[in-house]
Amino acid sequence: MNHLYSRRGWSVLAACTFVAALLPLLHLALPAGHPLHVSGYAMGLVGKFMCYALAALALDLVWGYTGILSLGHGLFFALGAYAHGMYLMRAIGRDGSYGSVLPDFMVFLDWKGYPWYWAFTDHFWYCMLLVVLVPGLIAFVFGWFAFRSRIKGVYFSIITQALTYACMLLFFRNDTGFGGNNGFTDFKRILDFPITAPGTRTALYLATLALLVGALLLCRWIVRSKLGRVLQGVRDAESRLMFIGYDPLAFKLFVWTLSAVLCAIAGALYVPQVGIINPSEMSPANSIEMVVWVAIGGRGTLAGPIIGAFAVNGLKSWFTAAFPDLWLFALGLLFILVTLFMRKGILGTLPLLARLRPAARAGAKVEVKEEAA
Amino acid sequence: MKRMFSSLLATLALCLAGLANAAIDPALLQPLAGDDPDARVDAVTRIAATGRPDARTVLQALLDDELAATPDGQVLILRGDQALDPATGKTVPVPEGIDGIVVNNRLRGAAQAALSGLALLAPEPERRLAAAQALQGKVPDAAQAPLLRQALRRETDPDIRAILVQLVAGADLESSDPARRRAAVAALADSGTPALRPQLQAMLAKNPDGSHIEGDAALRGAAEATLRAIDRRSARNDIIANLFYGVSLGSVLLLAALGLAITFGLMGIINMAHGELLMIGAYTTYVVQSLFRHYLPGALDWYLVAALPAGFGVAFMVGVLLERSVIRWLYGRPLETLLATWGISLVLMQAVRTVFGAQNVEVANPAWMSGGVTVLGSLVLPYNRIAIIAFAVLVVAVVWLVLNRTRLGLFVRAVMQNRRMADCVGVPTGRIDMLTFGLGSGIAGLGGVALSQLGNVGPDLGQSYIVDSFMVVVLGGVGQLAGTVIGALGLGELNKFLEPVAGAVMAKICILAVIIIFIQRRPQGLFALKGRSVE
Repeated sequence: MNHLYSRRGWSVLAACTFVAALLPLLHLALPAGHPLHVSGYAMGLVGKFMCYALAALALDLVWGYTGILSLGHGLFFALGAYAHGMYLMRAIGRDGSYGSVLPDFMVFLDWKGYPWYWAFTDHFWYCMLLVVLVPGLIAFVFGWFAFRSRIKGVYFSIITQALTYACMLLFFRNDTGFGGNNGFTDFKRILDFPITAPGTRTALYLATLALLVGALLLCRWIVRSKLGRVLQGVRDAESRLMFIGYDPLAFKLFVWTLSAVLCAIAGALYVPQVGIINPSEMSPANSIEMVVWVAIGGRGTLAGPIIGAFAVNGLKSWFTAAFPDLWLFALGLLFILVTLFMRKGILGTLPLLARLRPAARAGAKVEVKEEAA
Repeated sequence: MKRMFSSLLATLALCLAGLANAAIDPALLQPLAGDDPDARVDAVTRIAATGRPDARTVLQALLDDELAATPDGQVLILRGDQALDPATGKTVPVPEGIDGIVVNNRLRGAAQAALSGLALLAPEPERRLAAAQALQGKVPDAAQAPLLRQALRRETDPDIRAILVQLVAGADLESSDPARRRAAVAALADSGTPALRPQLQAMLAKNPDGSHIEGDAALRGAAEATLRAIDRRSARNDIIANLFYGVSLGSVLLLAALGLAITFGLMGIINMAHGELLMIGAYTTYVVQSLFRHYLPGALDWYLVAALPAGFGVAFMVGVLLERSVIRWLYGRPLETLLATWGISLVLMQAVRTVFGAQNVEVANPAWMSGGVTVLGSLVLPYNRIAIIAFAVLVVAVVWLVLNRTRLGLFVRAVMQNRRMADCVGVPTGRIDMLTFGLGSGIAGLGGVALSQLGNVGPDLGQSYIVDSFMVVVLGGVGQLAGTVIGALGLGELNKFLEPVAGAVMAKICILAVIIIFIQRRPQGLFALKGRSVE
């Protein structure tokens, strides 16, 4: 595993992971008045950002490394969240407002039993399987059709946008059986632990952290392997790759499906921490926002999307609290300025700035290599 | 039995009123003051059946809560400190102990229905026509038959007569006289509306023991034939209505997508802010309307004439500004253009929200656009939809002329086909890019003016059209005006014909699925460019 990062890379990663893992400790161990105490809200926020970061990482794998811009990753995120949400809804049991075994929205629609696709969803591990399989299968089928007929570039982006838009309309319907407008909410427990208890929240947080770091290492391994080189070949010169004798279909399909699954896992981790999932997560705007996290952090780097997700969402949390009317202006300007002046994002631009300083010129070369790889 | 009785009485009352010709019989008025709700409703129907102008006064007074009763049951209309006795038509001082008549919703409904029936006797033909058309949509009532008959006797206008004949027949279906019922069924055979179906079906129904409720076999046969005729006609009307609304939706999509066909189709710019250019056009219409309302209230009906150039101009300016400031730096990088224009759309949306508020603003149709033309008896085609279809045809024609018959169009096509060569022979490509983008944006502004006449105008207006617009352009094939037209009309028709079968949302989902599958088969769209210009 040592060849994945340089010694310096490993230490940065370890330091970041350590700081992130320290947060719940500060939350649980220290009393509320202590200056170093981390509130449950702050920890929840970081946990949410880590889910976004995982989704951004997944998107970067297809956009940054393979050159396929998806405007529909919000769909996979939401599907993962819904799959996990089905279990969480079943786990409410008879504690809903109507005291029925069925979720409130089904009682409200006067349904007598669960539809067939809700079968076995009271088993946690079955739902975890669904989290991976359903978005994976949808991505595989969709990707197979799209890549086989060599749809690429903006056409692919527009179709993915239409796909998530269509699914949003579908999920908005009450008859679809996923709670319509309101989606799933009011979760009570997960695996018999109360979902709002500090201990459960810490466990969810740590699980998110572990999966994020795991996914980062997996992506790093993929992009450094021969497979990763082929993917970048698809991005930079697809026809040349085909003339050499590679069939890009399998490579694209693999990375596309993997990305969808990672995104779905991010969604599955997101729903118990945020406590709600509804169809507006599938709106085209959400998917495009994900793209902006990647663009701002720096596409074609793996740390970039994570930094971007944290930066944009941190800014969003602050803005929507301080100047709620200005957030869309800020986000819009961010879109414009980043595409105009920071084509490579934060991580891509930092080394350029470093190179401007004559003293750092000697060290800059090494750094560029590291960050860009 | 009761209904029969009431209709008999109504006929009787009609004769009496015709004889006396003085005022409304107090016997008719008396039940209004009583407590029996059925009797009160009956009284209203019977007063209306007199068909006299006084009846109108009484009913209107009832609706306006001006009707009052003395303790001994005399009904008076209160007018300030005076009281009008409808039984004599004379003004009397307000008596002691008078009490207002309480009007509940049922009575109010009955009075309103009766008043609309009375409008059949109005002197103005337009009001009579409107009243007759309003009655067409309602379930006929035998108690109205005398009034309708009276109206039919007086009516001279052939169009209104045709409706009235039908209405009388509808009301006669409930008549106690078999001969009248038979005549009614026969009369309905070639003009009945679907609203009469339940009544005709009731004629065919059976008692629990299997015998027919309607004893007359010939009448049952006639009713069956009439039912079949009605069904055939309504099926035909449905198809025509679907066709019309499909073309209408298609023209809306076309207006929304035409600008995009230029910016995306010809220039290859993924303009995600296109929807917001539509929104700008719609808001310009709103501003122009407000200006007219304020400064030129007399010419309010013609504000659209000013809104069209204004909508085009404002959107053109915004487009040129966008092109010069952002988009021209991103040529050749379609994915980045997509992101930047999405950012622009967010900014524009929020700007509109800041200036005009987050709520929808009200854009009213001018008077000449409201209402509609009735075809085939019951199908109403709204004027605003017809106007928009005509407008879409006009815009497409103008765009075609500009692109194919002007110097600017020549330059646009030249730059699209071979930018470098065009540059070499002296085409100012930078300026052409700017003007082309401005033209596409301006057309979006025109589309926005049109959309403001059909739906809500709010900051989210553009968002609801952007996915559809891209679908139209992608389906039609990039760079093809004809493709865009066919794509828009095809999508519109498909949508409207799927809607009754699958429901509105499922229809939309089906269409997106169809487009996704279609693009798999023909990635270049319906009308693919052939030859060198590909790629």
